[in-house]
Amino acid sequence: MEFSFIPIILSLKVAFASVIIVACSSIPIAGLMAKREFLGKDVVESIITLPLVLPPSVIGFMLLVFFGKNGPLGKLLEQWFHTRIVFTLEGAVIAAAVVSLPLMYQSVKVAMESVDQNLEKAARTLGAGELKVFFTITLPLAWNGIVAGLVLAFARSLGEFGATLMIAGNIPGKTQTMPLAIYFANESGDTRQASILVIIMTVFSFLVIYGLNRWGKGSKRDSRGGGNNA
Amino acid sequence: MLNAHFKKDLPTFDLEVDISLSNGILALVGPSGAGKTTILQCVAGLQTPSWGEINIHDKAVFSSDHGIDIPIRNRRIGYVFQDYALFPHMTVEKNVMYGKPKKGNIPNKALNVSNVLDMLKIGHLRNRYPNQISGGEKQRVALARALMTEPELLLLDEPLSALDQDTRSTLQQELLKLQTQWKIPFILVTHDVQEAEMLGDQIIKLDRGKQEEIKGIKKLHKAQ
Repeated sequence: MEFSFIPIILSLKVAFASVIIVACSSIPIAGLMAKREFLGKDVVESIITLPLVLPPSVIGFMLLVFFGKNGPLGKLLEQWFHTRIVFTLEGAVIAAAVVSLPLMYQSVKVAMESVDQNLEKAARTLGAGELKVFFTITLPLAWNGIVAGLVLAFARSLGEFGATLMIAGNIPGKTQTMPLAIYFANESGDTRQASILVIIMTVFSFLVIYGLNRWGKGSKRDSRGGGNNA
Repeated sequence: MLNAHFKKDLPTFDLEVDISLSNGILALVGPSGAGKTTILQCVAGLQTPSWGEINIHDKAVFSSDHGIDIPIRNRRIGYVFQDYALFPHMTVEKNVMYGKPKKGNIPNKALNVSNVLDMLKIGHLRNRYPNQISGGEKQRVALARALMTEPELLLLDEPLSALDQDTRSTLQQELLKLQTQWKIPFILVTHDVQEAEMLGDQIIKLDRGKQEEIKGIKKLHKAQ
């Protein structure tokens, strides 16, 4: 059987879209959680972190309940936009985003909490409003954590299997991402396709972890970037 | 001009403050934990007093009776932190420019960044980052940054405590000079009685939240 590149392309599409969603949602949420106290904060925190410990099949099942034909969100999407999420690439993106959000969130929140509060206070005494403080002080000083979170979220999105299978199914050329293609190629005895994809995923994941470690060490030495450790 | 009369309940004691300052330097002196920094933070708006009022130039920035609590950014107070709190990811020049009002309120002071940097003798450091300069230089940058906002009052929290004796003496002289040039009241927190006596036109001694002793000292070198 001929080797197919399509799962790689689909996986990359899913991972990029997922990372964009995760970045846009986790940075403001982490900003709020790191700097504000409010009622029910621990509950919100637990809900965001939950996908980290839940089996992917549980997440997939929940997503099906929400986005299925009779689910609350599924119904709305069908009625208003005549679109559906189940068995589409969008479904795979949502699954990837849900499982990778906690990784990004944790990374960003820890980085923001470690920004010296005196710097934020100093900015306020210099006339900065909360938004200016966030964009000129907190965010740049938490940059290392944000980049680390982005990379981890990308890698996790690329590797998402269980929840994706449940909500997006395994439609070759449409929703069959790399992890799914590996599983089903192996099931059907196409070890060549499976092996090549396994090698690609392993090498990529190794490079991500290796790169992050190297970069983490480098930025500690970097004279300018280490501000949040000061 | 500052008039502050307030109380702040702290975990181990209540802080009572009654300060009136028109010009010159007020030195707050006392041991660690006496409430010196809390006073500065209440005046700046970084902490909220339990009760009382704070007026700057006869304008209330805090009043528990009238429910006024003007946010820090609108109080027009310069604050120099004990650890300088320079932004590590910005150059000296960007640090100093951070709080510059878009439209200056005091045109006759010709407040451009070069003037302020030169006045504090840090012009040559403008493109350096905070971790590439010495403690004394950081202190000058922090001062320049606070002055650049055109404050009506400057608060200094142990500004010289981390410096060696030589740098300290030089900066003490420069603080006196700056105050006469700038003509705004300074409140300076220190745990060093000698420093308080050297710099303060007024001295308040604090112990566990109580104002112990108030001296109105006219400094000799000012009369000269």
